[in-house]
Amino acid sequence: MLRLLLLLSFFAASATAGESQIFLKDRPGKNQVVAQCAMCHSLDYITEHAPIPDRAGWEKTVAKMINSMGAPINDADKQIIIDYLAQNYGK
Amino acid sequence: MVDRRHFIKKTAGSLAALGGLALLQRSGLAAATRTEASTIIERLPSKEALIKKTYRPPNYETPIHYFDTPFTPNNRFFVRYHNAVIPEVKTSEWRLRIGGDAARTPLELSLEQLRRDFEQVDIAALCLCSGNRRGAFQPPVPGIQWGSGAMGNALWRGVRLKDVLAGAGIDKSALEVSLAGADSGVHKTTPDFVKSLPLAKALDENTLIAFEMNGEPLPHWNGFPARLIIPGWTATYWIKHLTALNVISKPFDGYWMKTAYRIPKDRFPSGQFSSQETAADMPITEIVVNSLITSPADGQTLPNAKSIEINGVAWDGGNGIARVDVSTDGGSNWQQATLKQDYGRFSWRQWHWVFEPKRPGACRIMARATSHSGASQPLEPIPNPSGYHHNAVQKITLHLA
Repeated sequence: MLRLLLLLSFFAASATAGESQIFLKDRPGKNQVVAQCAMCHSLDYITEHAPIPDRAGWEKTVAKMINSMGAPINDADKQIIIDYLAQNYGK
Repeated sequence: MVDRRHFIKKTAGSLAALGGLALLQRSGLAAATRTEASTIIERLPSKEALIKKTYRPPNYETPIHYFDTPFTPNNRFFVRYHNAVIPEVKTSEWRLRIGGDAARTPLELSLEQLRRDFEQVDIAALCLCSGNRRGAFQPPVPGIQWGSGAMGNALWRGVRLKDVLAGAGIDKSALEVSLAGADSGVHKTTPDFVKSLPLAKALDENTLIAFEMNGEPLPHWNGFPARLIIPGWTATYWIKHLTALNVISKPFDGYWMKTAYRIPKDRFPSGQFSSQETAADMPITEIVVNSLITSPADGQTLPNAKSIEINGVAWDGGNGIARVDVSTDGGSNWQQATLKQDYGRFSWRQWHWVFEPKRPGACRIMARATSHSGASQPLEPIPNPSGYHHNAVQKITLHLA
């Protein structure tokens, strides 16, 4: 409950209330995607790209996030995230 | 420089929110999978409703029906960030630091000093995102799927960058000037959004550090309290919440110069930024000639019996617009539109054309701008890996009834 209140107060402060309305597909791997990707950006970065990258494209994107953007994602989570994105938001 | 307490509160808040967001995503609320509407209109504080592309970092474009005035109002101006930590800068604490290995006397300026110690100048200039209209590329290109609204025309007031740099003394070894703002990534490992300019562009008399936009202080979301204005070049160089300028003797090698915002050399004119060119590619620099029909809207139904006014804007990278031609028959015949008031070669130019519809049915309207250099828009966009410089002739369809 406390976490939820903190969440709402954050949204009120930064005016991104709509961000809580973005829901990713409820499939295996979603928890890792939300935990890792949403640290730095809203999840509409995923839905915005939904039909564009194929598996190789999502591999490239996730590698860019780790190698160029400095996302601290370990190899196990990296694979889960790529699988989730390719299966649910790939071409 | 930055309100530290606010900064910390915001950062801590965002970290707490992550836990909350993960929790929310796991809760029953997430069970009902939602498909996002293709167009979401949202309101950022102090802004009117804009088209949301992403919430965090905030990326919002202006609906094109707002492009019906020569200058885009501040509260309708598009918003574009690369990193999510965007501190609200306090004027009294803001400092601009000028240094670098090719600056003789590093210095620091307050906003008051910046306004008081240098000549103030005004310039009308179009601020245009490099990826404007990326969403129209076929096949699609990764990146924010911008429509035509990641741009805005404004009257900027500020001081010349060259005057400010002169205060620090430019060494003869100077090659580029790097530019940094107060915004940053969530992780320390995320590259800061730092750009550089070739010395010649930094010293161009039109390159400004602006603190006013359309007669008002810059809005927070457009770079308060000071941002760079690089007329004729795409907005990637127009650093917001400017905090640091470094005069340097070597090419700046950060991610946002070496890897991002680059275009193939074989398809676009080169030579604007030679210290950052490789054999294959180069940084995007000058805006290409382009135009946009702002009204009527694509797909609109209009009475066949009445004359129809086509309105739009046209722009380029600083040669100025020589003419705009309009076709109402899908490109077979072209008529010269009337150009409205000229606010200078870096401003966009409004234009209009009135035609009398002859028969009911679908009617294909096209507009094509030509600059004073003779450059004109292609019928198809020039493909490039990041989807920049989309300047194909626009086509809209009207239904006459």
